[in-house]
Amino acid sequence: MSNQNKKLKSIPDFRFTPTIDKVGVEERVARIQTRSIKDEAKLQGMKMVLNMIDLTTLEGKDTPGKVKQMCYKARHLHDAYPGCPTVAAVCVYPSMVSIAKNELKGSGVKVASVSTAFPSGQAPRNIKIDDTKFAVDSGADEIDMVISRGEFLAGNYNFVFDEIAAIKEACGKARLKVILETGELVTLDNVRRASEIAMYAGADFIKTSTGKIQPAATMQVTYVMLMAIKDFYRKTGIKIGMKPAGGISTSKLALHNLLMVKETLGDEWLTNEWFRFGASSLANDVLMQLMKAKTGAYQSADYFSID
Amino acid sequence: MERLEVLKTYKIYIGGQFPRTESGRYYDPKNAQGQALANICLSSRKDLRNAVVAARKAFGGWAERAHFNRGQILYRIAEMLEGRKAQFVEELMKQGSTKAAAEKEVDQSTDLLVYYSGWADKYQQLFSSVNPVASSHFNFSALEPMGVVGIVAPQDTSLFGLVSSIIPVITGGNTVVVLASEKLPLCAVTFAEVLNSSDVPGGVVNILTGKESELLEQFATHMDINAVLYGGGDAKNYIRLKELGTDNVKRVFNFDGAETENPYLIADFQEVKTTWHPIENIGGSTSTY
Repeated sequence: MSNQNKKLKSIPDFRFTPTIDKVGVEERVARIQTRSIKDEAKLQGMKMVLNMIDLTTLEGKDTPGKVKQMCYKARHLHDAYPGCPTVAAVCVYPSMVSIAKNELKGSGVKVASVSTAFPSGQAPRNIKIDDTKFAVDSGADEIDMVISRGEFLAGNYNFVFDEIAAIKEACGKARLKVILETGELVTLDNVRRASEIAMYAGADFIKTSTGKIQPAATMQVTYVMLMAIKDFYRKTGIKIGMKPAGGISTSKLALHNLLMVKETLGDEWLTNEWFRFGASSLANDVLMQLMKAKTGAYQSADYFSID
Repeated sequence: MERLEVLKTYKIYIGGQFPRTESGRYYDPKNAQGQALANICLSSRKDLRNAVVAARKAFGGWAERAHFNRGQILYRIAEMLEGRKAQFVEELMKQGSTKAAAEKEVDQSTDLLVYYSGWADKYQQLFSSVNPVASSHFNFSALEPMGVVGIVAPQDTSLFGLVSSIIPVITGGNTVVVLASEKLPLCAVTFAEVLNSSDVPGGVVNILTGKESELLEQFATHMDINAVLYGGGDAKNYIRLKELGTDNVKRVFNFDGAETENPYLIADFQEVKTTWHPIENIGGSTSTY
């Protein structure tokens, strides 16, 4: 096993990753979801949510025009709302990185690119590395890779570990987000194990899903991953970011996620350096809630940009 | 042993489901003798918001449906209503009608459904037009539904006012969010059950119960409600609706229930789209058409 992370003293045996109390997780999450969030906190939280979004388009039918439009949206979420933050990043396919990079010049919005034969990850390693290098050379600030779920489920943890480490090396300065695709990992025990493999192998972020598989970022899965990050931080002193992606389309759900982050990892993680939402339609819902709070009138999608 | 009567829980109707009000509140309207009719949901503005979301979701599919098919569905509502006549008569009598008046009200409602089911595939021909223009264009105007329509149903009747305010609006392809009569709400909930069992897609008609005083402002200011039909009968409130509805240029109509069989009631809730299609002169001496 190779390891990029020089600070780590030893790598644990991933066969003995702690198991997860599923019932306990569900109860904890249910309690978080029934919590009421007061108006003022909600307003602050929603602005924070906007600033944590990775505005995403990952379709076979993506065109340069679509990407440019999304980049415009990333910079101008809703001009009718003064003081509206920008999103954290846009997330596109490697072929669209240079276009997005060009559109976002000087805006502070980062460009993230998926790679490693997204979304299936079913390609030889040299192709995955080339895919990653192409995205980085095109200007990607962040790389969202997928793990080889087939190898993971077959028990080849070393394969998965080495692959992540190799991609991390290919990333250079770009930050690496590792997508576990939790919808295909089946159990929470597997989610915890995959999280640890990713973190020890050099991930800067761990991310729930590609958005192509259901279920995606459930609260349960996110909670397990947050706890894995917490334990890893305690053990090694290294901070890892978290990115739930897929299925978070309402501000209510996003706020519950923030609440969960605050209560597991603390305020330090409540910035877009350590926490992101992968979403395409979340931004508009949050904007509509913000406008509702401002004007007192319920809003209509007619007056917001198209996702 | 004497059998305990099974009492009905009156719930609201949103998106084809029968939830209780999100607020958990209720009120108990009384009949003329001062007896409580039932515990009725006191809907909140969040219920209204949920109903509008459901109505918006249902709008595309309902507007695109073949007009003939909309007519079939309206007729199906009439069939279901006829089958439940006894239940409606009983409820109307509970709310103070005489038996004869109650029977008449249900019959009238059923007949009105049949009337508008006939109009469903005919109003477009009647109200659209080919317009003479002084250029080489084929110029025509056709009707398109407005979108989500809020309805404040008349106060003084439990069933007929509700039916006669809803039906013309949905005949034209709109979806509606209705606030039932505050004093006489029983039939509204039962009518929702009729709709639910008669091929009307969930979300096309959403029925709330509660107080006009609490919800009127929300009907007026909600940016996703395109038009409001006001049957509350209070002139001040009608003007208030118009004032508050200006932000999204809401169409506001008063419903007085004077003439219920009238295709113009369908046309009220339609926008006219005019198309200029470049073409040779039609029918002129140089025309080849």
